Amino acid sequence: MDYSNLRRQAASMKKSLFDQGYLDEQFCQVEDLQDEASPNFAEEVVTLFFKDSARLISNIEQALEKYPKDFNKWDAYMQQLKGSCSSIGASRMKSECMSFRDYCGQGNIEGCMKSFQKVKREHGVLRQKLEAYFQLLRQAGPAGAATRPAM
Amino acid sequence: MALADATAFPYGLRVLVVDDDPTWLKILEKMLRKCSYEVTTCGLASVALQILRERRNKFDIVISDVNMPDMDGFKLLEHIGLEMDLPVIMMSIDGETSRVMKGVQHGACDYLLKPVRMKELRNIWQHVYRKKMHEVKEIEGNDFCDDLQIFRNGCEGLEERGLFMRADSDTMRKRKDVDKDNTDQDSSDGATVKKARVVWSVDLHQKFVNAVNQIGFDKVGPKKILDLMNVPGLTRENVASHLQKYRLYLSRLQKQNEERIMGAARQDFSHKGPSDNLNLRNSFQEQPGNGANGFQHSSQKIQAQSNMLDPHLEDTKIVVPLKVPDKNRTPVSDVIDPQNVTSASPLGGVLSFERMPLNQDRKPSETMILECQSWSGSVPPKQFMQYPKHNHERCDLLGDYSCLPKPDLEHPITPGHLYAPPPLVSMSCSMEGDVRDFSDVKPDLLGCMKSLSPALTCTVDSVSAQLSDSVVTSTNIDQKFSSVEGLSSGKDCHFDQARNQAPLLTSEEASTICGTDLACLPDDLSGYQLGLNGIDLFQCNDAMMLHGLQNNWYDDPELSSEIMEFPLLDGCLFA
Repeated sequence: MDYSNLRRQAASMKKSLFDQGYLDEQFCQVEDLQDEASPNFAEEVVTLFFKDSARLISNIEQALEKYPKDFNKWDAYMQQLKGSCSSIGASRMKSECMSFRDYCGQGNIEGCMKSFQKVKREHGVLRQKLEAYFQLLRQAGPAGAATRPAM
Repeated sequence: MALADATAFPYGLRVLVVDDDPTWLKILEKMLRKCSYEVTTCGLASVALQILRERRNKFDIVISDVNMPDMDGFKLLEHIGLEMDLPVIMMSIDGETSRVMKGVQHGACDYLLKPVRMKELRNIWQHVYRKKMHEVKEIEGNDFCDDLQIFRNGCEGLEERGLFMRADSDTMRKRKDVDKDNTDQDSSDGATVKKARVVWSVDLHQKFVNAVNQIGFDKVGPKKILDLMNVPGLTRENVASHLQKYRLYLSRLQKQNEERIMGAARQDFSHKGPSDNLNLRNSFQEQPGNGANGFQHSSQKIQAQSNMLDPHLEDTKIVVPLKVPDKNRTPVSDVIDPQNVTSASPLGGVLSFERMPLNQDRKPSETMILECQSWSGSVPPKQFMQYPKHNHERCDLLGDYSCLPKPDLEHPITPGHLYAPPPLVSMSCSMEGDVRDFSDVKPDLLGCMKSLSPALTCTVDSVSAQLSDSVVTSTNIDQKFSSVEGLSSGKDCHFDQARNQAPLLTSEEASTICGTDLACLPDDLSGYQLGLNGIDLFQCNDAMMLHGLQNNWYDDPELSSEIMEFPLLDGCLFA
């Protein structure tokens, strides 16, 4: 298959991720850090993020069960996840984390639960999309090709 | 060391990054490497501390996240400040002013918000450089070190005296000791110009802590600790400096705990546990100018001044309202008279507070103390002291601003203020105890704070009062603050009775203070914190006394204000 075509696909996928608000500028920052020394840096970071955020999500899940109505605790856990989201610029997920924290502040259990489900959903969707994106990039050839103009 | 090679700097800057989030850790590491820094990462604060202890002097700067599961980033910051004296940059996802403020208060040299950018990280070398610069200056500028030392001695003396008084025993004898001590040091200052930097290793610190525990925290003095520690080469100054750091550290911890209890809003409220009488703790902290080279103060001078002051003190004691039998309590040491500070130094503000200690150990005040003890009956006066800050690091200095303004101030203080010509004097006053009394104290403070000139920044850190009697009037507070006001405005500076009853003590010297050149703050950030804690609030239950006051806060509608409104105080400080 034509590499440049794949690259174009990857680029448009990335653009749509931005357009739909899944990602923000921080993601570009991470991609920009990629260099010869670590050609797969962005993907490594994203992989690490999903691994760690899955852990954080299950922490929250446990906290919701184990400490009913302990909004401070919930909030603290969600704070961690929110911080993690900011690392790769997972902006939709991050804003859902924020609304969870708002519900915590209001003491709204139902809101928290709903919001948490949304967080999980966002997490899953983003994972899928980013996996597809990096797969495209890998197919497109040498790392960084997607960000450079086709030769 | 990376700094040794000037051309290479800042490349190779040794950075320790602490963050519990592995993704961020990876990103930060990469970013820092791209800046050609030498990076070590660490996911736990406790591990970070361990690394720093084991590899002492192997790092130039620490970047730490605030929210970490094993240890609060602020606590880590405390430890680093206390033990290794490194610049620390805090970062967090939230940019809440109160949090940033807290970081700065705890001694962070910078506070970054996530997502952190490369360009911000590229620039962090400046904190290391700044620190080195000051260290060099510190050594070069030993001339003013002398002065500072004298200045410090005065304060240390105060400290000890205060502690002795607290111990309520043998005041006289110990006072003499202290005096002797001071003179010894004064005479040796010329010789011992350069203060060797002591690295407080874990062991050394442990020894120190052991000594403190052995002596009892209430009775510690640098000298006692030094004797107990028995470490060759360690000087009293070193110990004193560390003791001060240690105290600040503990008090911050305490504060933090209290905050937790009292709720988030009340950040600076320090309600210090069990104190059986009313205590007004003022601490004036000031960032001296260029290495504080304005300390032209000689102890003799101070002495002279305080001698001048003495009769006056006597006066105040005699004056009418106080003379109510039985119940009346004397001002213990409410007699800091800024106007007496004639030092024509840029640090006039500070120096004025320095006088405080001296007052205390002069004869009259001594008698006053004794009297007070008898007068107050079962309630022995207590004095809280703080050391002048010895170490000259900026970060620590900032850390010392334990009473920085709240986030929601109208005119929040920015670091820039620290470099502005007028010195930043923060004053914190804390009276210990009962909630009920806060409201008593507050309105007046408010009033007088409002009138403060912008040159002077005062923060009423915490006010709490506890008295056995139901009516508590902390009149002194008011007037003390007004004296501060006077300080800045160049007008009369009176303290309490001085204002009401002893007009003889007016402004001759006050003007000197105000006239002093305060413009040399910028570079050297060596901080000196003057503990004015010795000011025991004088307690009077006499209604007559109240009438004598210029601002009778019982008339103030604000009286009804409750603790929760207390932050208002700070809000007005900068108005």
